[in-house]
Amino acid sequence: MLDWSIIARYAPFFVTGAWMTLFISVFGIALALLTGLLCAAIETAHVPVLRQLVRVYVEVSRNTPLLVQLYFLYFGLPKLGFVWSAEACAVIGLGFLGGSYMAEAMRAGLQAVPEAQRENAYMLGFTKAQTMTRVVVPQAISSAVPGVIANVIFLVKESSVVSAIALADVMYMTKDLIGMTYSTYEALFLLIVTYLVILLPISILGTWLERRFDHARR
Amino acid sequence: MQGAEILLELGVFPRLLQGLWVTVWIAAVSVGLSIPVGLVAGWLMTVRNPVVRAVMRVYLDFIRIMPQLALLFIAYYGLARAWNWNVDATGACVLVFVLWGGAELGDLVRGALLSIPQVQAETAYMLGMTSWQSFSRVILPQTLRRLLPASVNLATRIVKTTSLAVLLGVVEVIKVGQQIIDANRFQYPTGTLWVYGVIFLMYFIVCWPLSLAARALEKRWAND
Repeated sequence: MLDWSIIARYAPFFVTGAWMTLFISVFGIALALLTGLLCAAIETAHVPVLRQLVRVYVEVSRNTPLLVQLYFLYFGLPKLGFVWSAEACAVIGLGFLGGSYMAEAMRAGLQAVPEAQRENAYMLGFTKAQTMTRVVVPQAISSAVPGVIANVIFLVKESSVVSAIALADVMYMTKDLIGMTYSTYEALFLLIVTYLVILLPISILGTWLERRFDHARR
Repeated sequence: MQGAEILLELGVFPRLLQGLWVTVWIAAVSVGLSIPVGLVAGWLMTVRNPVVRAVMRVYLDFIRIMPQLALLFIAYYGLARAWNWNVDATGACVLVFVLWGGAELGDLVRGALLSIPQVQAETAYMLGMTSWQSFSRVILPQTLRRLLPASVNLATRIVKTTSLAVLLGVVEVIKVGQQIIDANRFQYPTGTLWVYGVIFLMYFIVCWPLSLAARALEKRWAND
């Protein structure tokens, strides 16, 4: 059913594609984490005007598809003079989308720490900074980790859309192989295997990290 | 702001709305079909038979770990090849969204079913209800309550994922936008910005109320 010689011939292309997927994902997720951290900090600290802006950003980013965000960045914004490469667009797009998801996960983590603990820490003479670093953040991390990891996996999967702005990722290679040789089965086989190779380790690592950070249960 | 007039050009806005209608229609059909599939899948995930449970586990995990676009490719290119079953692009989209939505919803159903204490079924039984009565009068109403907010959220995700249909060649809102841009390229060189801007807004206008509704339902039923 599968022609292994075709698979052997085209496997290197999928390795290249996988690197592109990983490259975009790593930078996109890093940007998403930074954005998320910033937004969560602004919301928790109740910074007046910025807080409303963050709310707007989160709603817009969560309620529009990545593909449309990418088309707008890649085809639309150059008309205003913002010309950027496809790679930059993909990273910014993924960061824009992921930032809101990360912000929600981190905010939920921070809110999971009961207010009473903060008050108790102040009462015991902790400064604001000490309360944050010694009491709130360690617990917030442990309850935010599962959400953050789910978002990481979600974003790697979402990165499959970047082939639409001509980046040679795994999906792009699949389409190319089907289009050039009609080797549909082999292409789909390579597609599934490549994504499993990328995503299974992340998923397993995620489960391990979740357990590692589950301070409440240890 | 020059170039925005493209949106006022005769027929542009109505055509975009028609495209949006296709998007919403695909999403609505997928959500509608996901609900029965999800209920059955969720029930199958809780049965005692280990083989059934293992099959459901693999189904759920596979759907979850594959990007939706990859699933669309598998359905669109793979099925036609495997059984000579020429699903059109729209059919492939609906099929994938139903399988995906059904799996996600099934997992929610499983969680909701398991969250209802066994005691309730036993109590209902003791009060003389048949097992169907206790399921339909006691268990199901509570399950649906716990399920509704998550299902509305899932609907939002399905609407957003419908955007991928354009990559299989379905003529929905994005494709219509591209056609408008291409047809007016010389007259309105900056039309791209405006048309994609409007599509961006259209998705937001469809998805945002759904998100708000899901949140409101969650809050209202949080303590039940």
